Amino acid sequence: MLYFSKLRIISISFICLFFIFVASNNLFSPDKRFFDKKINLGLDLQGGSYLLLEIDNSPVIEQKLQNTTSTIRTYFKDKGIRIGNLNLSNQKISFTVEEQFKQSVIDEFNNENSEINPYYPRFKSHQFDLVDLGNSLELNFSKQGLVELKNSSQDQALEIVRRRIDEIGTNEPNILKRGNDRVLVELPGLDDPKRIKSLLGKTANLTFRFVSNDNQDSFGVEKLKHENGLDEDFVSKRIILSGDNLLDAQPRMDSQTNETVVSFTLDRVGAKRFGKATSANIGRQLAIILDGKIISAPVIRDTIASGSGQISGGFTFQSATDLSLLLRSGALPAPLNIIEERTVGPDLGQDSIDAGMIALIIGFLLVIIFIFIKYKTFGLITNVTLIINLLILLGILTLFEATLTLPGIAGIILTVGMAVDANVLIFERIKEELKNEKNNIIAFDSGYVKSRTAILDANITTLLAAIILFFMGSGPIKGFSVTLGVGIFTTLFSVYFIARLFTSIYVTKNKDKEALI
Amino acid sequence: MIKFNRFYTQFNILSSLLIILSLILLIFKGLNFGIDFKGGTLIELRSSDTKINVSSLRDNLKQMDLGDVSVKKFGNDQDYLIKFENKNNKKNIIEEIRSSLDKSFGNNFDFRRVENVGPKVSAELLKSGIIAISISLAVMLIYIWIRFEWQFSLGAILALFHDVIVTLGLFSLLNLEINLSIIAAVLTIVGYSMNDTVVIFDRVRENLRKYSDIKIFELTNISINETLSRTLITSITTLLALLSIFFFGGEILKGFSLAMIFGVVFGTYSSIYIANSVLVRLNVSQKTILKEDEKN
Repeated sequence: MLYFSKLRIISISFICLFFIFVASNNLFSPDKRFFDKKINLGLDLQGGSYLLLEIDNSPVIEQKLQNTTSTIRTYFKDKGIRIGNLNLSNQKISFTVEEQFKQSVIDEFNNENSEINPYYPRFKSHQFDLVDLGNSLELNFSKQGLVELKNSSQDQALEIVRRRIDEIGTNEPNILKRGNDRVLVELPGLDDPKRIKSLLGKTANLTFRFVSNDNQDSFGVEKLKHENGLDEDFVSKRIILSGDNLLDAQPRMDSQTNETVVSFTLDRVGAKRFGKATSANIGRQLAIILDGKIISAPVIRDTIASGSGQISGGFTFQSATDLSLLLRSGALPAPLNIIEERTVGPDLGQDSIDAGMIALIIGFLLVIIFIFIKYKTFGLITNVTLIINLLILLGILTLFEATLTLPGIAGIILTVGMAVDANVLIFERIKEELKNEKNNIIAFDSGYVKSRTAILDANITTLLAAIILFFMGSGPIKGFSVTLGVGIFTTLFSVYFIARLFTSIYVTKNKDKEALI
Repeated sequence: MIKFNRFYTQFNILSSLLIILSLILLIFKGLNFGIDFKGGTLIELRSSDTKINVSSLRDNLKQMDLGDVSVKKFGNDQDYLIKFENKNNKKNIIEEIRSSLDKSFGNNFDFRRVENVGPKVSAELLKSGIIAISISLAVMLIYIWIRFEWQFSLGAILALFHDVIVTLGLFSLLNLEINLSIIAAVLTIVGYSMNDTVVIFDRVRENLRKYSDIKIFELTNISINETLSRTLITSITTLLALLSIFFFGGEILKGFSLAMIFGVVFGTYSSIYIANSVLVRLNVSQKTILKEDEKN
């Protein structure tokens, strides 16, 4: 165990120097680095916001089913089958059909090529499950249909969330999918997520609809509240224009009224439709509705054919800026709820770094002093190895651009404490061997060999814990498991290659000395 | 040579009592779950006004209908930790608190940390924490089973259970908060305790092969003594590292390092007194080991 070939010595030195070089990259400012890799600081150390958003898919499901009910009615009407008691509740469609047609309706739904199943050719499975309840039939989303719906609304939500956050221009945001109905947002450096939260909390579903006070509109009307929460108006359900038709929106100061407004530009289709609707309805009130609330309902005075207009609604400059941002980035497919939020201010982050560093240095010094007193020369070897071990650990973390969190620092400190263990096991074993064996080299050799199983078993068990933490743990725990797990590998390497190399050099030189350890 | 084996029975009784006591505490008193597992809101704030104190803050927050509110000092003199259930799950609760505090005390606060965990997320975190601990126990059991005979595996697992349960019992007794980092600590304790047990077991196995005439009762004692200096040195270095985290690592790591410190102490104790006494009680002999060797 004490023999090292030249090649081996060179490769060990090379590995050590390489990782120390990589680790040193963190010391330089970004423009002076050798290459573009560094250890990232977690949100708990550099400050920032972590938001976990859950997509509330129920309105989407409701909407999809609403569309399906009308599809069912017209589809079977064309086939001469009368559908009765068509009803949507609890995310289920129920309907009745005369007994003689029942089987053909069921067949129609099960037929993979039927036009009622446009979903099947694309996804090779049914979007809905049809349940026969005896006197009525019930239709609800199948498992696959629901998964597909959630995935698609998650994709859209991710895109819109990204656009909105990009518009605000925060520093390196991290926007990720979680599960199939969640979006994770990490915003480094942001210490007050109030504005982002309010921007993400809005669906930003914009519609232009006529106010209808005669209740005679063929499409039906609904009663909507104004933004101020006091007034109410009856508004037609027919949508003249929606946010999809917007090309751009900007906050602006109206020079005549001295009021902040949001001016918008419509695309060609929107401009055409808007021109037609305004020319035919001069004198009527057009309500501008955002997320079910009327922002304003101006009276149409003239035909607007230019495809641009403005929304006034008692905005402050801030709220006009936010509204135009929301309109530019588009509507969310469904409302988002913030189900987890963690924000750390930058000064607390700095305090944590300082405290972590002090703890690391003190812990390190205590261990080094203790080991030196206990083992003298071999203590020195252990300590030098320990320092190289730490540098290699930092080098690997740099190479993988790992994120260092506060628990991660704790993991490093723990590595320092436990890294000594392997050396101690070996040295204690050598001491025992020396009691019966006078030849230093043989005693050292068998000390290394006989302690090996214990060291491997002990490290593998800790590694198993680290791996499980990595896969099961969330957020801060992951950071801990990474440093602990990587620490085990660097420890084994430094014990079996670096420390052993030093030991072998020392022992070969002093092989005739008594009481070597 | 220290006669550890003279006290197997006494310490086994003590450990059983500790486990029963811990279980009673865990069942009847329960654990003090932090917002990670219970849901709710946590605010760490720093005030620049020395006139503000815990009770004036508490009085102010009580008027806000937040459910159970706890206010306490956190490390520094001017730092406070506020926790509440946020039962109604109000959306802008943090802004409301900020403006209410500003109104009563002037603009003297710095919100250093805000955490808000919804009930769904906290339930999931608790579930995944329990699963993580259970899986790691199972995986280690399997590993030890592969490496040693089943008697050793049983001894190691009993020692582990003892460490985890007694540490949690102590957390319950002292009313210390259980949060995500405590789960990490518990798992590391599991790893550490296993580490310690494995080193002694390794020596027991080696000695079993070496001596056919020494009874397991004596043999465990020899093995414990042979590895004793290593056990002590490793425990001391690990404790030195942990104590420095506890005293200098800041408030946030305090609970984590405390759990680890308990764990290291219990882990060292249980490797000697539980893991080994199980071998004695199961009457492990050279035959147990040789059977394994023949298989290989």
